Amino acid sequence: MIKVTIDNILIEVDEGTTILNAARKIGGKVVPPAMCYYSKLKGSGGKCRTCLVKVSHSSTKDPRPMPKLVASCSTPVQDGMVVENLTSPEVIDARKGIVEFLLLNHPLDCPVCDQAGECDLQDLSFGFGMEETATEEQRREFPMTDIGDKIKLHMNRCILCYRCVYVADQLTDQRLHGILYRGDVSEIGTFIQNAITNDFSGNVIDVCPVGALTDKTFRFKSRVWFLKPMNVHRECSKCSGKVTAWMFGNEIYRITGRKDQYGELEEYICNECRFEKKALTDWVIEGPRHIKRQSVISANHYERMKMQSIIKPIEGLMESQE
Amino acid sequence: MGGKILLANIDIPGIRGFDVYRANGGYNSVTKALREMSQSQVNAEVTRSGLRGRGGAGFPTGLKWSFLDRKSDKPRYLVCNADESEPGTFKDRYLMHHLPHLLIEGLIISSYALGVNTCYIYIRGEFKYLVGVLEKAIKEAHQHGFLGDRILGTDFSLNIWVHPGAGAYICGEETALLESLEGKRGNPRIKPPFPAFKGLYGCPTVVNNVETLAAIGPIINMGGEAYSKVGRGKSTGTKLISACGSINNPGVYEIEMGLPVEDFIYNPEYCGGIARDRYLKAVIPGGSSVPILPAELILNTAKGERRLLTYESLADGDFETGTMLGSGGFIVFDEDACIVRNTWNLTRFYHHESCGQCSPCREGTGWMEKVLYRLEHGEGKKSDIDLLVRIAKNIEGHTICPLGEAAAWPVASAIRHFREEFEEHVLHPAEVIEKERRL
Ligand SMILES: Cc1cc2nc3c(=O)[nH]c(=O)nc-3n(C[C@H](O)[C@H](O)[C@H](O)COP(=O)(O)O)c2cc1C
Ligand code: SF4
Ligand code: SF4
Ligand code: FES
Repeated sequence: MIKVTIDNILIEVDEGTTILNAARKIGGKVVPPAMCYYSKLKGSGGKCRTCLVKVSHSSTKDPRPMPKLVASCSTPVQDGMVVENLTSPEVIDARKGIVEFLLLNHPLDCPVCDQAGECDLQDLSFGFGMEETATEEQRREFPMTDIGDKIKLHMNRCILCYRCVYVADQLTDQRLHGILYRGDVSEIGTFIQNAITNDFSGNVIDVCPVGALTDKTFRFKSRVWFLKPMNVHRECSKCSGKVTAWMFGNEIYRITGRKDQYGELEEYICNECRFEKKALTDWVIEGPRHIKRQSVISANHYERMKMQSIIKPIEGLMESQE
Repeated sequence: MGGKILLANIDIPGIRGFDVYRANGGYNSVTKALREMSQSQVNAEVTRSGLRGRGGAGFPTGLKWSFLDRKSDKPRYLVCNADESEPGTFKDRYLMHHLPHLLIEGLIISSYALGVNTCYIYIRGEFKYLVGVLEKAIKEAHQHGFLGDRILGTDFSLNIWVHPGAGAYICGEETALLESLEGKRGNPRIKPPFPAFKGLYGCPTVVNNVETLAAIGPIINMGGEAYSKVGRGKSTGTKLISACGSINNPGVYEIEMGLPVEDFIYNPEYCGGIARDRYLKAVIPGGSSVPILPAELILNTAKGERRLLTYESLADGDFETGTMLGSGGFIVFDEDACIVRNTWNLTRFYHHESCGQCSPCREGTGWMEKVLYRLEHGEGKKSDIDLLVRIAKNIEGHTICPLGEAAAWPVASAIRHFREEFEEHVLHPAEVIEKERRL
């Protein structure tokens, strides 16, 4: 076991644990936000840089601080390491900068986005975003596309976390989509318009931290905070059949996988469960599912929250839409 | 121009071919290393020479080699980084073009020292014409028993393959290079693990620059000790400097480390002074990624000492008043050059070349380019200057690979040293544009 201190809290973890996972063991506020890392996806992490932390003491053997902030999701802990997350103003500043970068080309179309209310980027912006936007440049724009008949891709909203790429690598023999081009014109695509049709393709929707990949069977049906998440299951030959049903009254509006407190799926589910089974009679109800997150679903009442910068519209944009 | 080590024989007609090269002492170092020296002796000579990586970072080569995981039962690889795409840098291409056998010679000895049997030269895609040159040299070396199975009758076998890239600057970053070599998208890897443990195909790998590897043959010939006596302090040996911009004699020069920058710029043996008798305004001394310095700071350090072409002297003053030797791409600006325009041009490059993997670089490079475009085209605001400083600061140190810094430093340093010029673009855009139009 290895001892590591994060924001003045000491914890013991196994060798090879990353700083982020050590922080998750402590839980609560010391956990750095992760937009690209996904514990169940091999190779994920290191890209979004929201999880940057300061290592003020590398190890007992080498007490020097690390020269740069490090990505906590991909840096293993060492014995005697001291990590600063929220206790370091440098980390907070850096994270503010990262949020600004992530929002730079983001369309801020939360009012019409199905992900709103359960979006990691919204949560992150609530936590670390700035009041005003500093950019006046044109945002990059991509046309909307369909990935198969059930999945919509809004490339404008994508933060290029690569999770949907890794999930396809992991769940299928042959990944059909990937990141095309480079830099800020990179996009998710299949190169030649190719429908992604395998039984587990729907999981890209659940791993996507933003509203770039959304469920077409749920499109514009409701805001998530009006729905009641229930744990339900059924016999399924392809997956465990354990899902979350999002209900309004007695109607099932959509099915997703069951997500833990970090927004990660407990298990991947098949497309049949996700897209085809929308009748109450298809499912056995276990009980309500608690969403342990700071996001608006749990708050469940918008009026108590102050107007947040993220949903404050940009001036020019509002006018042109009126 | 005494003291040449790499380019000593470059003027001999036909030196590109094997026979002339061999007749002038070529491949003697291979014979010496393979027949008379053990692997660890070769390593020791390289360490003793004090040779530092010529690809940009200046990391001691002997030390890098000592990190290679020799306990692993996987094969080991040596990869020669010939992706040279940094604006202002064109020394590797010159070397490979004129002295391809010098590189092959270095690769053979290095592979021997590292216990490598397969070596790749990853060459920039645009250097298509050099692929043939290198392949011809490799073929000749094969024919004369310096490559292939049981070289010179010893137990050591080596094959070298040339692999052209597809035209991405980022593939010069060593881990992106390895991804690309494996046939994948050229995204830099997240480190650790370092290539010395998990490099090409997950095997222990050393990546070195062309110029670094080309110096290995001469080091074996002259001995590490003698090599370390050339140069100055921890900057041993010679360095190829590719000089361009507003000078009378652009080109590639081999200099002994420690040459004063002033001599390099004004001596007719080297740059031969500023073109059209203009005044020197600024220099980017180590390829486009290193900080730009104004004339007074490139000629003398802030402490008033003469600035020398060494890793240490150029870095004197850190980022406040110093810069870096980098890859040795020496770009000279005269009094007529517009720093804002130049900085905009550089950000255009980095924006275009960012792989897009991590958010600060992907978004920040584009943002800086757009703001600088406005400034240069007379649409800037005073707050834009501080905005640029802030963007650069938010990128720096927060990215996966050093391209982020490479994009941030030129902007930060240009504003640090030439803020008035940026302000002038905001205050009197019409005059500035008119002036530039007339030039
Ligand atoms: C964006 C980027 C581009 C690079 N391009 C090159 C290049 O074209 N050639 C090169 O030798 N090194 C390049 N490097 C440096 C390499 O990553 C690596 O440090 C070098 O090949 C090591 O060789 P050396 O130790 O012999 O210098 C680049 C680094 C970065 C971050
Ligand atoms: S579409 Fe979603 S999951 Fe895929 S890279 Fe973009 S943000 Fe990540
Ligand atoms: S710093 Fe830029 S080039 Fe390097 S990994 Fe990040 S996005 Fe890619
Ligand atoms: S979660 Fe660590 S970099 Fe994205």
